[in-house]
Amino acid sequence: MSGLSVKHLLGIKYITKEDIELIFQTADNFKQVINRPIKKVPSLRDITIANLFFENSTRTKLSFELAEKRLSADVINFSASASSVTKGETLLDTVNNILAMKVDMVVMRHPLPGAGQFLSKHINAVIVNAGDGTHEHPTQGLLDAYSIREKYGEVKGKKVVIVGDILHSRVALSNIFALQKLGAEVKVCGPATLIPKHVESLGVKYEPDLMKALEWCDVANMLRIQMERQDVKYFPSLREYSLQYGLNKKILDGLRERITIMHPGPINRGVEVTSDVADSTQSIILDQVENGVAIRMAVIYLLAGKIEQEA
Amino acid sequence: MSKRSRIILDSKQLNLSIERICYQLIENHNDFSRTVLVGLQPRGVFVAQRIHARLEHLTGKKIQLGWLDITFNRDDHRRHEIPLIPSKTKMDFLVEGKKVVMIDDVLFTGRTIRAGMDALMAFGRPSVIELVVLIDRRFSRHLPIEPNYVGVRIDTIVSEKVEVALVESGGNDTVKLYSPEQE
Repeated sequence: MSGLSVKHLLGIKYITKEDIELIFQTADNFKQVINRPIKKVPSLRDITIANLFFENSTRTKLSFELAEKRLSADVINFSASASSVTKGETLLDTVNNILAMKVDMVVMRHPLPGAGQFLSKHINAVIVNAGDGTHEHPTQGLLDAYSIREKYGEVKGKKVVIVGDILHSRVALSNIFALQKLGAEVKVCGPATLIPKHVESLGVKYEPDLMKALEWCDVANMLRIQMERQDVKYFPSLREYSLQYGLNKKILDGLRERITIMHPGPINRGVEVTSDVADSTQSIILDQVENGVAIRMAVIYLLAGKIEQEA
Repeated sequence: MSKRSRIILDSKQLNLSIERICYQLIENHNDFSRTVLVGLQPRGVFVAQRIHARLEHLTGKKIQLGWLDITFNRDDHRRHEIPLIPSKTKMDFLVEGKKVVMIDDVLFTGRTIRAGMDALMAFGRPSVIELVVLIDRRFSRHLPIEPNYVGVRIDTIVSEKVEVALVESGGNDTVKLYSPEQE
């Protein structure tokens, strides 16, 4: 078997179905490792990874850091609010300064779409995109598809609806690419103002009616309303959004099929899903979090094989 | 490059060797109440399954058997062109305080066994680790590791390749030595 077809993980768009399957297969092994009494393997003892977070994150940052530490890599952390970025340093200067300290891999979250691509053209280290603006969040897309595979055995042929703020969501885009490459059918659902124009060009259908979408699907991925990315009002009020597109236990129990509920977190309880839905047995939200560490270990492990050995 | 091959063990000899190793193990481990067998992935597992089945038959006792994958403990990650793809680890028990019989098909440089001992420590601190190999390629060790039970010892050069083809792995219970064709 050959390795990944890419040197960086910048987005699901740039990797193949075989890459995704290799990552899943490797993640199966790491999932087993993190459920052992000793949850650590010495694979990446000689590698240093910098986590550069130019945007706030709790879950993703912790998940990456844990994955790196479970692989025995050395980890340095950086967050924009406590750095020289606020003093006017450019992205390239910041990263080059960090790389001068002999860092092999960069995990980066950045508010601007394409920041990862830009960096990959100018620096030597391996780059893992941990979210670039409204563009992609590849590891989230992978772990969501992996969680569906874990629940149903395979992703192929499954019907997945992504509900909510598709326009501002990098999770949605990475999910669409990952699910389609694996052969799932994807629909998006939400207020028309939060659906990107020409979304059909990606091969997904738009379903404005939540009930119809839920009756159609096997899995509903409920996205968070990203207030921080909305500079204008896209819907009258959160309450109105919640009435039309929020999922509660009554709706869930009224469906003909027993569907699976996913959420990339952080949850706004009572907005996109109510507490009893988030905590129900149909929800795999916490499995997603656990799988996140295994998927990130797999991605880092496989990409680390691409780092050139120092003579 | 074409290769010459020579049979080191045929089916009868291979089964005799396994039988002998089983009796040697019984001599040292009695009823296996404090002993577990661990096969190293990928090919050591087949040898381990064979030995395990024979031992359970001979002793009439249930004996614990695990599969250990050592990919993440290898010392040559990033030194290969292709990445090291792991196999499944299946260890349903802890080895804390137990005698562990580690089983592999071929002992060559000893690096796999080093990684295996390292990987095993994630499941507790064993009281003893012993090593069973079907084929011991003598004088080729990179590390100070020696087996406790051996099917057959052979002298080889580095460019030669030993293949253990058990029925379980789609072979016909033979061990072959492949040598590169002389120019």
